[in-house]
Amino acid sequence: MKFTFFHLMAWPHLAEDFREKHHSVWVDLPNSLYDPVAGHDVYHNYLDQLEYAEQCGFDGIGVNEHHSNAYGLMPSPNLMAATLTRRTSRAAIVVLGNSIALYSPAVRVAEEMAMLDVMSGGRFIGGFPVGTSMDTNYAYGTIPTETRERYAEAHDLIIKAWTEREPFAFNGRYNKLRYVNIWPRPVQQPYPAIHVPGGGSVETYDFCIENTYSYSYLSYSGYLRGRDLMRGYWEQVGRHAVDESPYRAGFAQVIAVGETDAEAEKLYRKHIDYFYNRCLHIYPGFGEAPGYRTIKTLKKGAIPQFTPKGAKTLSQLSWKELLDQRYVICGSPDTVREQCEEMIKDLRFGNLFCLMALGSMPHEIVRHSTRLFGEKVMPKLRNLWPDYADDNRFWCRPIANRRQPDRELKGVA
Amino acid sequence: MQSYMIATGGGRTQTRVFEVGQGAPLLYLHSAGGLYEGDPFLAALGEHYHVYAPSLPGYLDSEGADNLRTMLDFTLWGFDVMEELGIEQPAVVGHSMGGMIAAEMACLNPRAFRGLGLVCAAGLWLEEHPMPDIFAKLPFELPDLLFSDPAWGTKFITEGYDFGSTQDDLVSFIARFQDEGFLQEFLLKNARRMGTAGKILFPIPERGLSERLYRAKLPTVLVWGDADRLLPMPYAHAFQSHLPHASLVTIPGGAHMAPYEQTADVVAALRRLN
Repeated sequence: MKFTFFHLMAWPHLAEDFREKHHSVWVDLPNSLYDPVAGHDVYHNYLDQLEYAEQCGFDGIGVNEHHSNAYGLMPSPNLMAATLTRRTSRAAIVVLGNSIALYSPAVRVAEEMAMLDVMSGGRFIGGFPVGTSMDTNYAYGTIPTETRERYAEAHDLIIKAWTEREPFAFNGRYNKLRYVNIWPRPVQQPYPAIHVPGGGSVETYDFCIENTYSYSYLSYSGYLRGRDLMRGYWEQVGRHAVDESPYRAGFAQVIAVGETDAEAEKLYRKHIDYFYNRCLHIYPGFGEAPGYRTIKTLKKGAIPQFTPKGAKTLSQLSWKELLDQRYVICGSPDTVREQCEEMIKDLRFGNLFCLMALGSMPHEIVRHSTRLFGEKVMPKLRNLWPDYADDNRFWCRPIANRRQPDRELKGVA
Repeated sequence: MQSYMIATGGGRTQTRVFEVGQGAPLLYLHSAGGLYEGDPFLAALGEHYHVYAPSLPGYLDSEGADNLRTMLDFTLWGFDVMEELGIEQPAVVGHSMGGMIAAEMACLNPRAFRGLGLVCAAGLWLEEHPMPDIFAKLPFELPDLLFSDPAWGTKFITEGYDFGSTQDDLVSFIARFQDEGFLQEFLLKNARRMGTAGKILFPIPERGLSERLYRAKLPTVLVWGDADRLLPMPYAHAFQSHLPHASLVTIPGGAHMAPYEQTADVVAALRRLN
């Protein structure tokens, strides 16, 4: 198993009546609610937590991209990843990911990811999300029906930019470039492992399988609700003539560990509650711009969040519901290990993205949970997939002699 | 009223056309909401004109929306329809999004038309009066924005959706917005329609029309509901400033859906176009 400590970087100071007073946590929440001085502390706490996760034995530390979002304060995950390349030395730096449809020209992503790969000495893992409608369409103005076409074109351009060794011309619909010639280029050959977050469309399953990318399901709704989707993915893997390595799949799960079940509830409950009941207060009209999803995909699924009733209940889950329905795995090391093992085997995946710094959790208790997971849970889950222990197609391949930053700044007066 | 499919864009699009009435030809371009079966506004126009109303790809069973990308594609689609049907010198009339397309057609080739009618037309952007984001509205939020009588509007939208076959009371119509089966069907159709509309309206419904309107030197009438909450009166005045020869007719108390709520008044205003 590969464990990644994954940070969303939520704003922890939303008021108790936030949901009643504000339209949405995402897209149109006035930034007067953001306090940049407090934000200075918040960023440094969060970066410290990511660095601490490396010390606790996590294989990867992960960041992602959101825009105009009070629960995701990383419009540029690459900036965060860049600081991590200097303050960590072993863990994979997982940027999951860059919304590649949004960059014009998309070579910018190829360049920045190559920079991160070189700076980290090949510890970089890249993610190519299509991007949520909130980010892609509402915050960044992409015409919904163009989103997927822009994504596909950006993908082809980035891969070609990483692999060609001579300048080339690229005549795309959205990227017209006479000279594509990125400096630097990635250190990992032919390019870093790619993970693709998906939401259940067959097209994305196929895209991952055909390109040997890892398919990740990043939701906050936990593994019972992820079951059908992951089964659909593995059925599709079965239809292709490829191996069934669990590292072809990743899953994000909210996890909080205490010394005992009782301590875990006492420590984490109100902060997890903050996440679900304040951070996920998203106006359903922003959920999916018409044209964002293909008609084919829409025909498959119900869209209950669009009813006025559904809009209200989405962010009103009780603690018992959160636990029973496994939105959250929270408890003693034994409880967490047992539920994680059940989840990993049931859904069959090799990359676990642990959402452990959630909502309004104070720095100390994030560290407590992170340390307990690293010490008492991770070692017992480590070898769940012995047959695939050597499969490194979906992970980073660092260079042998990596530089340590010069901490003493020798020679500087 | 008859309807039929035609091939447009050299077969790249297939367009359903409604045809009704007798008299001078009139090309009618619909709003982002689309046409309704037995469309009452078309029927009223048909009492005075020979009306041709094509349904954009993505609307009803018109296909090929993937081949419409830019404002120019939408504009040329309008000319393709005229060419395919052999319509000569029509008045071109558009409501909301359709007005944006009609205005572009008039800019591209003003001599092709005997007049231009813009009814609560989109296509301009006024920073002081930002048009509400229709792409982020939930179905049950639309009637308040679009109709002067939201209760009637709810009934009209849901009934129109089912092509007018039921006569339930208002309460049950509103209840249908809570029904998942109805909603899913609504959202699927909405994704097709608004996916198409988004190509020229998302995220800001402005594609440079104001820079081209100087070319539209043809008889023009602007018809506006003075209580339009989607595109309020300042938009009518903005069109008028670009089209100084145009006459402006306001519909007292009219909202954005004035063609359906004050049908007779809107038709009377458009009759200035001969």
